[in-house]
Amino acid sequence: MFGGVFIKNKAMCKYLAILGLLIVILVNCMELYSGESLFAIDTNNMLSFNSFNLVFITVAMVCTLIFFLLSGSDIEKVGANVSEYFALIFFVLCGVCLAATFNTLLILFIGIEIISIPLYILTGSDKRNLKSNEAALKYFLMGAFSTGIMLMGIAFLYGGNPEGSFYISSLNAGQGKMPVMIAIGLVFMLIAMSFKVSAVPFHFWTPDVYDGAPAVFTSFMATIVKIGGFIAFIRLFENSFGSVQPQWQLLIAIITAATLFIGNLTAVFQQSVKRMLAYSSIAQAGFMLLSIFALNEAAKEGLILYAAAYSLATIGLFAILIKMEDYTIEGFNGLGKKQPVLAVTATVFLLSLTGIPLTAGFQSKFYMLMAAVRDGHHQWLVIFAVLCAAISAYYYFKIIQAMFFKEVSLNTTSNNLLLASAETTSTFRGLLIFIAILIIVLGLFPWLLTDWLHYQ
Amino acid sequence: MPVYYYIFLSATLFTIGVIGVLVRRSAIIVFMCIELMLNAANLLLVAFSKMHSQAIGATHPTAATDAQIFVFFSMVVAAAEVSVGLAIIVLMYRNVHSVDVNFLNRLKN
Repeated sequence: MFGGVFIKNKAMCKYLAILGLLIVILVNCMELYSGESLFAIDTNNMLSFNSFNLVFITVAMVCTLIFFLLSGSDIEKVGANVSEYFALIFFVLCGVCLAATFNTLLILFIGIEIISIPLYILTGSDKRNLKSNEAALKYFLMGAFSTGIMLMGIAFLYGGNPEGSFYISSLNAGQGKMPVMIAIGLVFMLIAMSFKVSAVPFHFWTPDVYDGAPAVFTSFMATIVKIGGFIAFIRLFENSFGSVQPQWQLLIAIITAATLFIGNLTAVFQQSVKRMLAYSSIAQAGFMLLSIFALNEAAKEGLILYAAAYSLATIGLFAILIKMEDYTIEGFNGLGKKQPVLAVTATVFLLSLTGIPLTAGFQSKFYMLMAAVRDGHHQWLVIFAVLCAAISAYYYFKIIQAMFFKEVSLNTTSNNLLLASAETTSTFRGLLIFIAILIIVLGLFPWLLTDWLHYQ
Repeated sequence: MPVYYYIFLSATLFTIGVIGVLVRRSAIIVFMCIELMLNAANLLLVAFSKMHSQAIGATHPTAATDAQIFVFFSMVVAAAEVSVGLAIIVLMYRNVHSVDVNFLNRLKN
């Protein structure tokens, strides 16, 4: 925030950021609850606020709030410009809101760019670290490349649209065959959005970037930014190409299957937990792609639930990971004895990511599969997704096993654990327990969240 | 002139850009190729706006101007990207004294 110019105390920035975020969440919930907004700004119908978008924005903001509360003190450790980091995160959040509410391709383009550009800076924020630099450059080149593709896609969509406007609803002309230019535009948009959500043929930047970026920002990138990309994806495809769904459904099905397969299979072989989480985020993206494949009511509920479950679990896991010094799986050996609270909450997060019943992860995966079954086409995808979820259990359980059933090898990791025990405060532990409870509550009563979609 | 000429021109520019991104090794040249892609899209937008204004300009007066305003937005975004991107490239150069993208493979192992 710009408050950083005046405030010298680093912790102050964090509190200011948290306060600002709380106010925004409150206003957002008020609008969701009463249907009346605080300011009525005439956006010329360029933004749409229905309950789906608002619920999603609330989820994204609450996740950011939890991210600030858990990892705020770690952001302060990355570098000297703490207030700028918070400001950049707020810019990204603003971009996520635009991407969630856009009604024209112009706002979509601007929203995606507002998400991306601050992220390039955040990725490279560890200026002395070569890995961080490389990650930033790679992310930047790939991101700008996909921007070019997206702009080309928008140009073709505009050219093919007989009404000559950027409103996505006017693209949704009706059944029948698509004009050539719309079809080209659709493929370009599909490629660009796949880049942004790291679906498989275009995923190769993800592990390197997530690995190279400072771990706090990886946590942010892997969760809020990713679900922001998905919301833009589903809104674009539902509102502008929804009527020609049969023509592109097979394409999405293939991308989904490839994403699930490659993400899960490569995650199995990773030694570093941070890198493994990067691959697992690709695998989870595969599940979220099922919602774009199905594109019905259950898919929308599922996406909201998935966004919440996945973000909460991943933010929690990364917060624990940051406290470790050794990012390999061996680094987790014996954590169950030294830090039982951390280990138990990490187990809940991992179980949720795997999709074990009683956790939110199970419910969200269930909704996604239900949406795909209801859709009725390409049923092989559902079976394939379940098989891939089974593969994912292997690498998630490897960490649980390391935490509880392996002894610490004294020469390497004792130092690491000492460090971990010194740094966790009771509020940190309390928050972790709170997230774990939240995940279980969402797993038992998913309608607490999904009912909001039908509130208005 | 028919709009197809413009489509071919911008498709050619776009393809040159994509090939440049894929084969060149200097980060700066890759970056220039990305700019070429963006400008190809801008050219296409303006060409389509002219096409729409001739076809339906009488009934949809905003059809033509929308795309031209869009081009302004995309130029501003491109400028923002340049400022961030060049900073990242300079940062990279300070650390490894090279802008060769092949250095990026080091992260894999």
